[in-house]
Amino acid sequence: MNRTVAFFVTMLTGLLLIYSTLDFPPWGSPNQPGSLHVSPRYIEKTLEETKVPNAVTSVLADYRGYDTMFETSVIFTAGVAVMMLLRRKKDG
Amino acid sequence: MVRDVEDVIIKTIARIMVPIMQVYSLYVYVHGHISPGGGFQGGCIMAASFILLAVAFNLGEAKRRLKEKAIAVFCSLGVFIYAWTGVVPLFFGGNFLDYSKWSHILPGGEVMARYYGMAFIELGVQIAVMAVMVSIFLDLVTAGRHEEVLGKDDDGFYSR
Amino acid sequence: MIQELNFIILLFAVITAFSALKVKDLLSSIVLLSAFSFFMCLIWTEMGAVDVAFTEAAVGAGVSTAFFMAALYNTTRRTKD
Repeated sequence: MNRTVAFFVTMLTGLLLIYSTLDFPPWGSPNQPGSLHVSPRYIEKTLEETKVPNAVTSVLADYRGYDTMFETSVIFTAGVAVMMLLRRKKDG
Repeated sequence: MVRDVEDVIIKTIARIMVPIMQVYSLYVYVHGHISPGGGFQGGCIMAASFILLAVAFNLGEAKRRLKEKAIAVFCSLGVFIYAWTGVVPLFFGGNFLDYSKWSHILPGGEVMARYYGMAFIELGVQIAVMAVMVSIFLDLVTAGRHEEVLGKDDDGFYSR
Repeated sequence: MIQELNFIILLFAVITAFSALKVKDLLSSIVLLSAFSFFMCLIWTEMGAVDVAFTEAAVGAGVSTAFFMAALYNTTRRTKD
């Protein structure tokens, strides 16, 4: 009984998700919202503002510097959390 | 992994592959400025080289190359380098992470200063990622009991 | 042509992901998950996101497989369900 209910709920959610993708712009379309004002700004101004030939590096390390910094902090926190959870004393 | 495997093929291939992986990871880090790559990927490849050393030989071999205290220091050193690369431009009237202000300290003008700043933060990411990945792997494979499994002295020949 | 290639890689990704869930042996599950990561890496490359593909290959197929192996080393190899 439980498995049938779970199956129908999962199928319904999947169908709703597939239905919602019908409203998306076509794949790689130049008129989608993401490539209308943010991407052209970065692609055009990267070389003169940051002097980096690689646009991905300029976005990652310069425009989104805070993001990368706290991403590094998150990795550090993950390492410290694993140390705290797993490491134990010799007799403990 | 903890026990010493007696396999000539695995050991020889690992002995050849480890330096190549480490040099390639440094290439990925340095060349990340103008091609795909960067600190995160380079750090992962560098950590994979140490994990290969631990899998192919034994854990003591990897821990002799990279001491446990060194791992703990490197974990925080990466974040430290990144944060101070951002803080230093504040002293010269710039914003946080404004790399062009590094030209007051380093030679080469503002363009090279931007290059140096990005190289510094990528170095920080690389060191932090490498140390954290190796640390998580060592903790997982010994279930946190480093000293019981490996012994206090890292002589590299200890087996369970 | 690129559309068919895309379709084949996506099909393989779905097959490997589903069989990684279904297989009883956990070691095979880890290897299938690594294969899934490689297919995702091919998909990212085919879409033109080379940086993401590089990260996927380094983390998903390389380091996380080693982590799963290390976790499996301390548990049993068979699942109960």
